[in-house]
Amino acid sequence: MPLIDSGSTAKSYDVIVVGSGAAGGQTAYTLTMEGARVLMLEAGRNYDPRTESPMFNTPDTAPLRGSGTPEKYFGYFDATVGGGWTVPGEPYTNVSTEKNRKFTWWRSRMLGGRTNHWGRISLRNGPYDFKPRSRDGLGFDWPISYEDVSPYYDKVEMLVGVYGTNEGLENTPNSPEGVLLPPPRARIGELLARQRGRPLGIPVIAAHRAVLSRPLDSKNLPAKIHPGNAKAQRILAEDMQNRAACFWATDCGRGCAIRANYQSTTVHIPPALATGNLDILTQAMVREVTVDAAGKATGVTYIDKTTGTEHHVSARVVVLGAGACESVRILLNSKSALFPNGLANSSGLVGKYIMDTVGASWNGQIPLLESLPPHNEDGAGGGHVYAPWWLYKEQRAGKLGFARGYHVEFGTGKTMPQGFSSFGPNADGNTSYGRRLREEARRYYGSYVGFTGRGEMIPNADSFCEIDPKAVDKWGIPVLRFTWKWSDHEFKQVAHMQRTFADWIAAMGGTSKGTPSPDGSKAIEPGGAIIHEVGGTIMGDKASSSVTNSWSQTWDVPNVFVADGGVFASNADKNPTLTIMALAWRTADRILDQMRQGNL
Amino acid sequence: MDRRLAIKWMLAASAGVVMARNPMLGASNPPGIAEPEPPFGYGKDSNLMKASKPGDYWPLTFTELQRRQAAVLADIIIPDDGKNPSATSVGVVDFVDEWVSAPYPDNLRDRKIILDGMAWLDEESVRRFGRRFAESSEADRLVLVEEMSRSQKAEPDAGSSQAFFRLVRDLVGVGYFTTPVGMKDLGYVGNVPLATFDGPPAELVAKLGLVDEVKW
Ligand SMILES: Cc1cc2nc3c(=O)[nH]c(=O)nc-3n(C[C@H](O)[C@H](O)[C@H](O)COP(=O)(O)OP(=O)(O)OC[C@H]3O[C@@H](n4cnc5c(N)ncnc54)[C@H](O)[C@@H]3O)c2cc1C
Ligand code: SF4
Repeated sequence: MPLIDSGSTAKSYDVIVVGSGAAGGQTAYTLTMEGARVLMLEAGRNYDPRTESPMFNTPDTAPLRGSGTPEKYFGYFDATVGGGWTVPGEPYTNVSTEKNRKFTWWRSRMLGGRTNHWGRISLRNGPYDFKPRSRDGLGFDWPISYEDVSPYYDKVEMLVGVYGTNEGLENTPNSPEGVLLPPPRARIGELLARQRGRPLGIPVIAAHRAVLSRPLDSKNLPAKIHPGNAKAQRILAEDMQNRAACFWATDCGRGCAIRANYQSTTVHIPPALATGNLDILTQAMVREVTVDAAGKATGVTYIDKTTGTEHHVSARVVVLGAGACESVRILLNSKSALFPNGLANSSGLVGKYIMDTVGASWNGQIPLLESLPPHNEDGAGGGHVYAPWWLYKEQRAGKLGFARGYHVEFGTGKTMPQGFSSFGPNADGNTSYGRRLREEARRYYGSYVGFTGRGEMIPNADSFCEIDPKAVDKWGIPVLRFTWKWSDHEFKQVAHMQRTFADWIAAMGGTSKGTPSPDGSKAIEPGGAIIHEVGGTIMGDKASSSVTNSWSQTWDVPNVFVADGGVFASNADKNPTLTIMALAWRTADRILDQMRQGNL
Repeated sequence: MDRRLAIKWMLAASAGVVMARNPMLGASNPPGIAEPEPPFGYGKDSNLMKASKPGDYWPLTFTELQRRQAAVLADIIIPDDGKNPSATSVGVVDFVDEWVSAPYPDNLRDRKIILDGMAWLDEESVRRFGRRFAESSEADRLVLVEEMSRSQKAEPDAGSSQAFFRLVRDLVGVGYFTTPVGMKDLGYVGNVPLATFDGPPAELVAKLGLVDEVKW
């Protein structure tokens, strides 16, 4: 039985993987496909996208017409289970009450974690992104370079399926020929943004998203992904055939029952289970990593949430993939005589240098897009194009006043109306009703464009998490307390984003509401709000200045690894998940190698 | 994003993401105190596959009188236009009732605006025309609605009858255009599986002076 209960765990495993999202899913996939025996522990409930994705449900069948509420922030049909900005019974705290000094933490409690409802935007870090300090003297260099990671980006893209194009733009790497899937055609508003962005110097190119625009090549890819491993190739080929291509309808955030986009539950876990090497225990909240007298990890202690009882499981290796901050929490709660400050914390850096993505948005109304003849704009359930950062030269020349870049994601078109929205005043400032309301609704619907900037935050010593001295969760496990601070680099970047977006909207012949503030501290989204939190167990080349080495292996406890974004030494503007998966794969390869050599 | 600041039909422009208020942007708690958990409505793990109707997750609270007034208002805001049915015929009154009866903070705030506004509207109607709003003549009702619609302000003053009407109008509009009937009227033609995604029609691309120059 692959989905087991706490009474039926094996006596010992090769590897325990904590978490089942991008990090845990990729780690378990790589390890089991190569023959290791793995136990995956997931704090949330079992979740099956094939039967639980409300793909075509219309908002008139949902409470409040599908509006976002504090219980379902991204709308009723969003796939998130058991989480959001708060998780019942699992609090966290902030040191400060100021908006710009607080961290907000999105979690979910389900098999597959946040990969069930993420945006599927899958960008590679570029060569600059691994060596930022060498370029501008700020933050940290990674102990690895783009060349170390690129073979793993190739593998992840081939496995999960990512659409996009190779444009050869600066610090925006190409994938090898035949790796990316063709992107969908641009929508009308996306074409307009592309045309009007060009004179402003903004390149609009195909988005990279983990969506199958065509079926995966099950004949050729498995051999490239698992060379020399016939069993893995056979399992993967069969699994690829069971993933349908996107049918160009429905919001990916609701989950994809036909397995056309990447969710850990549709891409990583099914083939991993098919190997027979994976046991999954859901509703298992890991509290701490246990160690023996020699300081080696022996396994983990967890709470079975269905019974409230505590259990222990053993393994040769423990991999933490609970999400950057949650993995920090587990390490800091793993206190023993040998490790009084928490596990792997001899540097004192566990929990330090938490980063999120810098985010701000700006909207406009575009008369050219009014009253367009109805045509289907659903597409791939998300953006078809985006703009990578384009001002490297100006930034190098010191003309921008902030050190790192951002990319632009945007939304246009006649997407399915759902949830609350204000219709605003009419042209006379009055509230339309009757025939005029219908006419205006038809005219303006689909004539809006919303730009969002996604920028690089520089790690700083004032953005960190630690164990709260008092607060505990409902099982009595101490919880995290956050401290947060932005620097001027981020504020100035946000001001630049909004000014650029307002100019862009004007270039599209549109109008925005108000004028952007030159003070970015007013417009910046709170720390954590973009849900790209990384850092806290950063990798480096010295045990004194980092938590893990270049293999995401903790310096202090060689059989404990971190597979999630915790190891990021910087947080490029590129959304983190593709990099999390590439690094998790690389780490799993290393674990396999070291186990074979008898070092683990 | 505070949804109050959303301009017009903004939800169409944010790639399907309809956000509530992030509690972190709201009032601050003392340091070291966790954000409060939201009041329980449908919970964080309801059965998403199951169709629900207003009243399934929390009781509806409109009185018979309030329902009648809401129905009259809804059909003035979106009447049958000969081609498309009116607001009441697609369940908009139930939706407004569900909205003002919901336990979440935004809904509690809106509840006060709506219930106070409805009480005021009946009083005003009795004062000027001798009858409650729902029992007044069509001409008398329209006089009141027309007055409430004239805000001349992007955001009508809080507590004014104009602010009340703006909210009622938005709720009726949302309730209507999120139904299959309303979506059809708007010209939303998606939510159907397609074998290929062909992008915008070529004539439209040409008409807007665009080139589908994207090389893929
Ligand atoms: C709405 C939204 C949109 C996003 N869009 C994008 C995007 O377009 N591109 C992108 O790159 N990223 C995006 N992200 C971010 C992306 O979801 C995360 O980077 C990614 O899921 C991280 O993977 P993870 O495995 O580290 O964590 P998660 O996916 O969160 O998985 C961690 C799992 O561990 C479990 N867990 C936690 N603690 C414990 C414990 N103590 N014991 C046992 N199990 C535990 C959790 O329940 C969870 O299931 C988005 C996120 C959200 C919410
Ligand atoms: S848009 Fe495509 S990939 Fe996304 S949920 Fe729908 S069918 Fe799946």
